[in-house]
Amino acid sequence: MSEELFIQGNEACAKGAIRAGCRFFAGYPITPSTEVAETLARELPKVGGSFVQMEDEIASAGAIIGGSWGGTKSMTATSGPGLSLMQENIGYAFITETPIVVVDVQRGSPSTGQPTMAAQGDMMQARWGSHGDYEPIALSPSSVQEFFDFTVKAFNLAEEYRVPVFVMADEVVGHMREKIVIDDDIEIVPRKMPESKEDFLPFKNIENGTNPMPSFGQGFNIHVTGLTHDERGYPDTNNPDTHDALVQRLCDKVLNNTDKICSVKSKYCDDADTIIISYGAPVRSVIEAARKARAEGNKVGYIKLDTPWPFPEKQVLDLAADASNIVVVEMNLGQMYYEVNRVLRRDANVHLVGKIGGLMPTPDEILSKINKLGGK
Amino acid sequence: MRTEIRIGGFGGQGVILAGIILGKAASIFDKNEAVQTQSYGPEARGGASKCEVVVSDAVIDYPKVQRPDILVAMSNEALIKYIVDLKDGATLIVDPGTTDIEDVREFIDEHNIKVFNAPATKTANDEIGLKIVANIVMVGAITKITGIISKDAAIESIKSSVPKGTEEKNIKAFEAGYNLV
Repeated sequence: MSEELFIQGNEACAKGAIRAGCRFFAGYPITPSTEVAETLARELPKVGGSFVQMEDEIASAGAIIGGSWGGTKSMTATSGPGLSLMQENIGYAFITETPIVVVDVQRGSPSTGQPTMAAQGDMMQARWGSHGDYEPIALSPSSVQEFFDFTVKAFNLAEEYRVPVFVMADEVVGHMREKIVIDDDIEIVPRKMPESKEDFLPFKNIENGTNPMPSFGQGFNIHVTGLTHDERGYPDTNNPDTHDALVQRLCDKVLNNTDKICSVKSKYCDDADTIIISYGAPVRSVIEAARKARAEGNKVGYIKLDTPWPFPEKQVLDLAADASNIVVVEMNLGQMYYEVNRVLRRDANVHLVGKIGGLMPTPDEILSKINKLGGK
Repeated sequence: MRTEIRIGGFGGQGVILAGIILGKAASIFDKNEAVQTQSYGPEARGGASKCEVVVSDAVIDYPKVQRPDILVAMSNEALIKYIVDLKDGATLIVDPGTTDIEDVREFIDEHNIKVFNAPATKTANDEIGLKIVANIVMVGAITKITGIISKDAAIESIKSSVPKGTEEKNIKAFEAGYNLV
């Protein structure tokens, strides 16, 4: 049995969170993400969960870190201005290896920008917004179904690697309504608890990098701090080796698993002269543009980045190896564009369709760029 | 086939709900594909409100409306602003109580637009005694005029979209709209 619903992306996100086992939401409502909070305020208490409307976004991020250490899968949802405020605590979540999910329904920016209009201007903020070295995971949904699926996946990845995971949506996907199918059988990754209290080291430099996570009140000896810490969790800030081992492990636990984490979808790439790379809502226009181009006999393919972060280097390199032109389509003035350039190292052939103003690029706008490149 | 519908009016008229009902009817109950999108300003009521629905028998990629096949105007501002996007031979449904068709007569004649009057606000007031169901009256008129959704699907969709306890009044409003044309 499965359930069919005609709902908004933000509602699908909230349903995905509950399905993934989220039982704590703390947030500060902000357009165009508000319906995520609204839905969870209504639905969480029905499943024994808690919803708190906080005084601001810094506190919201702090509250879900606490919720997670209390043993509860926790989430917040915001938009660009809120994500800016959360950055301090997001860094804290990385160094304390706290699984949380941060949903960002992106709107026109910088600053408070365009509350009711779509953008993808926070992509680099998700990557580099907090200070220091860390490796974020981010998923970008292109449909209401994916907003549900990727929210579930975000919780699974957060638990699997004990990291904050971003769901980088946009106003189009957040507010759009379409049919989704919720299956009965969905894989959920539970919190891995440590087995023995004897000689337990919560931040051990183990080979795969991810330790099981105790929660407060279970009787484990544990200390959680944003300072550089040893394997016990105690501050050890002047020892270069401790810092190197800790931060390297935090990065490696993601980087050594990119094969499992990174995901792309692609079509028509095998013989393509031009490959379009995109993510989020604009993918919808890209698919239509590629189909129209093919119908006219032009060899155009596309790559959809399910996970902008970590950037799916291997997949993009493999798929784009033989294309003469790469066109990156995004709702900003060039963010993932620079990442594509970095990975392909072919600056002259990487082009940008970067649209700001609040509307997603149309298939014709993408086609006209491709035609300018020689119609292939 | 892809059909693009745009409904325009004031915030508070229920333009968005009308679009949700159409989309849900098409996708869940008629088993077609549908996407509903909207645009709105920061104000809750009184500002311009626009709702778009794309209905197709195939998967819908680009979700927005570019050249509507059907425009439903529930305010004169929406009528004047959106008529210029219509395809030649498209269908225009207006509420004569809130629009003045003469303002766009030239475009209608030049582009062979098929015009239907659906006095939704007046019907809601006179027949149901509730101005707020004008949007559902309009759903009835859209269903009858365009055939974009089946009548059964429309009714099921309304029942599952309106607040509990108001189903009967809303179905009555739908029937009144369906019988207008």
